Amino acid sequence: MTAKSIGARLAWLITAGLFLFFFVLPVIWLLLAPTKSDAEIIRNNPFAFGSLDGVVTAWRNLYAFQDGVIVTWLRNSAVYTGLALLITIATSIPAGYGLALTQFVGRKTLLTVTLLTMIMPNAALVLPLYLEMDALGLDGTIWSVVLPFSFFPFGVYLTYIYFSSTIPQDLLAAARLDGCSEWQVFRSIALPLARPIVALVGFFGFVGNWNNFFLPFVMLPDSAQYPAQVGLNNLLTSSAVFNTSSGVDNAIMRPELALATLVTVVPVLLVFLFSQRALVSGMLAGATK
Amino acid sequence: MSQATVPRAAGARRAAARVANPAGRMGYVFVAGYFVLLLAFGVVPTAYALWLSISNSRGQLVGLGQFTRTFADYRFLPAFGHVLMYLVIWLVTLMVLVVLLAIMLHGRMPRTSSALRFVYYLPGALAGVASVLLWLILLDPAASPVGWLLEAFGWDTLAKVIAPDHLPVLFTVIAFWTGAGGWIVIMYGALNNIPHEVIEAARIDGANVLQIALRVQIPMLRKWIAYMLILAFATGTQLFVEPQLVSTASWGMIPDGWSVAQVSYLYAFQAGDFHGAAALAVDLVVVGLACAAVVVFRTGLFEKD
Repeated sequence: MTAKSIGARLAWLITAGLFLFFFVLPVIWLLLAPTKSDAEIIRNNPFAFGSLDGVVTAWRNLYAFQDGVIVTWLRNSAVYTGLALLITIATSIPAGYGLALTQFVGRKTLLTVTLLTMIMPNAALVLPLYLEMDALGLDGTIWSVVLPFSFFPFGVYLTYIYFSSTIPQDLLAAARLDGCSEWQVFRSIALPLARPIVALVGFFGFVGNWNNFFLPFVMLPDSAQYPAQVGLNNLLTSSAVFNTSSGVDNAIMRPELALATLVTVVPVLLVFLFSQRALVSGMLAGATK
Repeated sequence: MSQATVPRAAGARRAAARVANPAGRMGYVFVAGYFVLLLAFGVVPTAYALWLSISNSRGQLVGLGQFTRTFADYRFLPAFGHVLMYLVIWLVTLMVLVVLLAIMLHGRMPRTSSALRFVYYLPGALAGVASVLLWLILLDPAASPVGWLLEAFGWDTLAKVIAPDHLPVLFTVIAFWTGAGGWIVIMYGALNNIPHEVIEAARIDGANVLQIALRVQIPMLRKWIAYMLILAFATGTQLFVEPQLVSTASWGMIPDGWSVAQVSYLYAFQAGDFHGAAALAVDLVVVGLACAAVVVFRTGLFEKD
C-alpha cells in the first residue's frame, strides 16, 4: 500500500465513522435515557446504563399523565393507521391494476394527476383539507383523519408499475379466451400475484401515516382522540423540562419524554427492522417523502 | 430502484394488452374507489381552498385581495425569509453530503456498506415530532451528551442554542438526521444502475476515485440529484412541525408564526379567518404543485407510458 492509498482509506474511515456517530448516537442515547432518573441524565455519563427500575419508574410517571392517556394515544394511532391501511389497500390495488392493464377514457389523465399528487408534499393539503372537513362538519371526527390517510397516490403508482411489469400479457389473453370475465381475470391472476405489492404499499402507508403529525394536529381537538405523534407534542408542552413558567403538576421529565418517544416509534422501528434488506437495497425509492 | 427500473418492454406489452382488451369499461370499476378518494381528498380541498382564497366571508369574489392582504401581514415576509434561509442551508447540505456518502458507500465491502446504509437510514423511523423532541433534549446543554461542544460555542443554555438565528441550521441538522439515510439509499441504488464497464473503462484510462466520481458518477446521478432537491425544496417550504415545537419550548422567544405554514395555521385557528388561511394555503399548494410538475414533466424519472 502506498502512503496515498493509506491516507485515502483513513479519510474514508474517519468520514464514514463520524456520520455513523451522528446517526447512531442519538438513538443509543434515547434507548438509555429511560433507564435513568432526570438527575442522573444530567449528572452521569450520557451513555451510562441506569437500571431497569429506572424504566419502571419512568413508565409509572408517564402512565400517570392524564390517567394513562399514553395508551389511548397509541391505540388511536393503531386504529387510524389500521383503518386507513385497509381502505388504501382495498382501493389502490384494483386502481393500480386498472391503470396498468385496462383501457378507458381518462386513464392517462388519472395517471398524471396521481403522479402530481404523489410528489406534492402531503402537508400542502392539510389546511385545505381542514377547511373542507369544517365545511362538511366532519372535523373532530376520526374520519377527518382516517379518510385523508387512506388517499395514497404513491401506493397506486407502485401498484401500477408492479402490475405493468410483472403480469405477462399472454396470461391475461389466455384467461380471456378461456371465458374469464374481467373481474375473474383480476381475481384469479392479479390478486394472487399481489402479495409483494400489498406489503410494499402497506409499508409506506403505515410509516407515513403513523408519523404524520400535522393533519391530526389540525383535525382533532380532544386529547383523548390524539394519535401518538400529537400526544408527544402534548407531553412536550406540559413538561417542566421545556415549560418552567406555568405550574406543572406532572412528573414528565427527560426519562419520561424519552420513554414516550420510544414507545411511539417502536412499531415503525419494528417495521424497519423487518424490511431491512429491502430498505438498503435501494428498492424503496419513495421512502423519503 | 422502484421508479427508475421499469422495464422498457412493459410499455409496448401493455399497449397490446389494452388493444386486445374488449371490456374496457371494467377499468372504471377498478379505479372507482381510488377515484372517489382522489376527488374528495385531493381535488375538492384544493378547489375549495382556491375558492375561499378569492372570495370573502359574504361569498363575494375579491380577486387577489386575500393574497395581497396576507402578503402585507407583518408575519408573512419574515416567515417567507425564514423558510428561504432554511431551504438554502438544507438543500446545499443535503446535496453535498448525500452524494458524498452514497459514493463512499458504493462498491466497497458489501457487508459494511449495507450495515452502514441501514444505520444511516434508521433515524427515519423517528421522523416528525419524535425527532424534534429528541433533538430538543440533546441540544439542551444541561443534559446534552455533547454539552461540551455546545459550551465551546458559548451556548450554555437551551435558550442560547435555539436562538432565532440558529434555527435554519438546527432544522437542517434534524432534517438531515431523519431524512438523509433514505436519500443515501436512493442514490446508492442509482449508482448501482451505472454499468460497471463505464467505471472500469474510466479506471483503465487512468482516472482516480475522485475523477470517476466527478466525471462519471455525479453526471450520471444528475436526474436523481435534481429529483431529490426538488422534493426536498417542496417539502421544506411546508415546514411546520419543527418550528411549532421549538416555538413552544422557547419561552416565547421564537414566534409561533415562524414559517409560512404556521402563519396559515394561525389565520385559521387563532383568527378564524378561513379566507386568509386559504390564501396562504394556496401559496403553498402552488409551490408544491409546481415542483411536482417539474419532476413529472421534466425529469423523465416517472413512467407515464
